[in-house]
Amino acid sequence: MKASRRYFLKVAGLSTFAMAAGAAKADAAYEGYSEGLKAKRWAMVIDTRRFQKPEDMLPIIEACHKVHNVPSIKGPKEIKWIWDDTFEHAFANDPNPMLPEDVEERRFFLLCNHCTNPSCVRVCPPGATYKTEGGLVAIDYHRCVGCRFCMAACPYGSRSFNFKDPRPFVKEINPAYPTRMRGVVEKCTFCAERLEKGLMPACVEASNGAIMFGDLNDPNSIVRRVLAKNFSMRRKPDLGTDPGVYYII
Amino acid sequence: MYNAKFVIPGAIIFVGLFTAPFWTNVFSAKHEAVKLELPQKPVTFFGEERTQCIEPREWMAANHMEMLIEWRDKALRENKRIYVATDGRKWETSLQNTCMACHTNKAEFCDKCHTANSVSPYCWDCHVEPQGNK
Repeated sequence: MKASRRYFLKVAGLSTFAMAAGAAKADAAYEGYSEGLKAKRWAMVIDTRRFQKPEDMLPIIEACHKVHNVPSIKGPKEIKWIWDDTFEHAFANDPNPMLPEDVEERRFFLLCNHCTNPSCVRVCPPGATYKTEGGLVAIDYHRCVGCRFCMAACPYGSRSFNFKDPRPFVKEINPAYPTRMRGVVEKCTFCAERLEKGLMPACVEASNGAIMFGDLNDPNSIVRRVLAKNFSMRRKPDLGTDPGVYYII
Repeated sequence: MYNAKFVIPGAIIFVGLFTAPFWTNVFSAKHEAVKLELPQKPVTFFGEERTQCIEPREWMAANHMEMLIEWRDKALRENKRIYVATDGRKWETSLQNTCMACHTNKAEFCDKCHTANSVSPYCWDCHVEPQGNK
């Protein structure tokens, strides 16, 4: 009995060591881009004063949807990563009948808020949606089973479900980015694949400075400097999700 | 054994007949290994023209599926989008932008082996096929 126990401990120790060594070796074979942008907590600031009409917003929506192969489907099966709506709908828990006219008529960009406490991540059964190091909420479409719990959990309606094969509805396929398939949920990614290569998100690039993007934890970042000087609002902050998209009114 | 003189030859004949398709295939003149069209044109990665695959050919044929799954998890979950091959060369971990940049003909490259081995991976439901097919 004594000998076999000793043998068991030896084997257990050796195999733990072998596993640790194997894991370390696999890790060494991968690295990130040196030009990649890093942040503790990515956040977006939208200067809504610079967007009054749907025509101002269309080029930005198109820039996003074009680079990510987002299909244009009309009606209730619509798929959207970034879209626009009125104050009343964007800030539904802050009804105000006495808004100034320009705010009442203004359109607001809506997109995934990349919350600090994302309810979608908590409910995802297969772990397909998750938070990355920079605070982005990402989806691994390979793992998505299409249960749509995340769509029910998201208080911002940021997620769309592919009721049918989206490919026929993509006008011009960008060959550098995948499409999605029938039965998965998709949404804005804060352009994780562009940040990784040192580029700003597509909407930020297309906005002529009206949308700003940076690290909320860095006091010298553009988002912190802009937020320090301007009054801003977030959507449904009372829910405790701590959204990462700020609106300058 | 009861009735061994019938059971044992019977069993041998049964195994022979049952595996007959394999034997006829392996020894028939028609049997041949899948012939792939491998790309010859050099493609630029990380500022360097390359004609050789990421890892040795035999290793890629046996392990590309596991490598792609590892690439996916590293890129999506850990933000590590560069693969350093065993010979030290760097590659972007991307099926569409790295693999298919050289292997521009999916029908002659992916499908030939997959069809012969009767596997149907669903990569192309989402990932965009290279334009070399057209």
